[in-house]
Amino acid sequence: MLKIVKSGFFTTIQDSGRFGFRHLGVPVSGSMDRAAAHLANAMLENPDESAVLEVTMSGPVLEFTKDTWIALAGANLSPKLNEVDIDNHSVHRIRSGDRLAFGKHIDGLRGYVAIKGGFETEEVLKSRSFYKPITEKDHLVAGMELHYEEVSEFEPKITHVIPEVIDRVLKLKASPGPEFDILDSKQKELLFNQPFTIAKENNRMAYQLQEILGSHQHPMLTSATLPGTVQLTPGGKLIILMRDGQTTGGYPRILQISEDSINKLAQKTFGDTLYFKREG
Amino acid sequence: MNTYPIHIKPFGKSAVLVEWPFDIDTNILDDILIFKDYVKLQGYGGPEWEIVAAYNSLTLVNNQRELKFDEISAALHKLYKERKEGAKKEPRHWKLPVCYDLEFGIDLEELSQQLSKSIEQIITLHTAATYTVFGIGFLPGFLYLGGVPRDLETPRKASPRLNVRKGSVGLARKQTGIYPQDSPGGWNIIGNCPIPIFDAQKENPCFVRVGDTVNFYSITRAQFDLHTIQAEVGIDLLTKDN
Repeated sequence: MLKIVKSGFFTTIQDSGRFGFRHLGVPVSGSMDRAAAHLANAMLENPDESAVLEVTMSGPVLEFTKDTWIALAGANLSPKLNEVDIDNHSVHRIRSGDRLAFGKHIDGLRGYVAIKGGFETEEVLKSRSFYKPITEKDHLVAGMELHYEEVSEFEPKITHVIPEVIDRVLKLKASPGPEFDILDSKQKELLFNQPFTIAKENNRMAYQLQEILGSHQHPMLTSATLPGTVQLTPGGKLIILMRDGQTTGGYPRILQISEDSINKLAQKTFGDTLYFKREG
Repeated sequence: MNTYPIHIKPFGKSAVLVEWPFDIDTNILDDILIFKDYVKLQGYGGPEWEIVAAYNSLTLVNNQRELKFDEISAALHKLYKERKEGAKKEPRHWKLPVCYDLEFGIDLEELSQQLSKSIEQIITLHTAATYTVFGIGFLPGFLYLGGVPRDLETPRKASPRLNVRKGSVGLARKQTGIYPQDSPGGWNIIGNCPIPIFDAQKENPCFVRVGDTVNFYSITRAQFDLHTIQAEVGIDLLTKDN
């Protein structure tokens, strides 16, 4: 078992996503930074869909009751094993009784803890990703215990990876969305040239931006939205839908950011600056 | 079977959007659903594909790979021309109970003034109409129901509530719907439906499909309590007419 001693700010279980239920309004969910979760699983030679812990900004305190191996990736939250600093982006041997904790937030926003064989928490609608009320909980709380298989025999082929540098100013690769052409030429120019700032309202569902692009009254009938869809509200605000984003919406979809850009945005938070870079 | 001018647009690298004329029309919805069933049989039905139908659009998402837009656009235009109506699906109609007690219908009094109708008239109008499920989204199992009588059309609330109770039945412009879970929401709440629309523990978590029709019937507070207990212990209360 992995005992949750302290929960941290917002720690969840995520896998590669809950597919096949969008037509019933069920968001895809899954790791916000899929690339980082993939890296953590890959270091342990886990299947890509293995469930990992997604740790947001401030880390939990975790106690292991069985031997295993873990891999850390994503945001650097100063991981410590039994109060000794350990490297992020690397594989670590775990003995029964070990405690994993986190310290100062160095960079990024979301860190990932993969475990050999994956966390074996409850599967609901073919996925272990937390999303309330599909799953009972929306984040881990102190006192919970997560099941995993004991592993003693494992020779990691890779023990360290060199992470991609997190750009201070993010450039999101964006292609025109279905309603891109409701924008006038001046708005289009602004969209791809002005800096935008991430608003306080940013979470697993969506990131709002602070700047106003200009109000509109374009009539819409509710239609599908995807993770990475950039919506324009009637008041002119931009909302970038993320992994837990709703599957349909009634706001014009002016841009669609790339999969890689969703991963990068997931490491950013309130006050950070970004640009949209047109592709396609 | 009607034929419409359709438009196909790229939607990121792994999805395409097919659009029908901008209209809330059950004939358009029928055509969308016929096309959806047809493309599923013609190579877009595997587990890598998800297809979302709503109002005047069909979105095809591939969960595994990027798509070549020109190719898929041409292929879909061709499939649209040659589409055939599959074996006629059994028409599905649901009768759902609603308790319009003021305890649940927290906006009934305000609406009654706004629409210059008595609460009884609002209930009569709401239960007399037959609604079509034009989409499912916003929340798991949230049904966008079209077919609201003109006399009941009313704008959303100026500021949304932070929490609308599960089962709440709301009205907003040309739509009515049921909140399948506690959620923030801006619709005018007129009652509560004790039948859970969405249950993640079931293999088919939502019994309603896009294209189904729904009627509401009024129940008393006592019947509501009984239905709530029955739903909790798993007694199936659904009435389906064919």
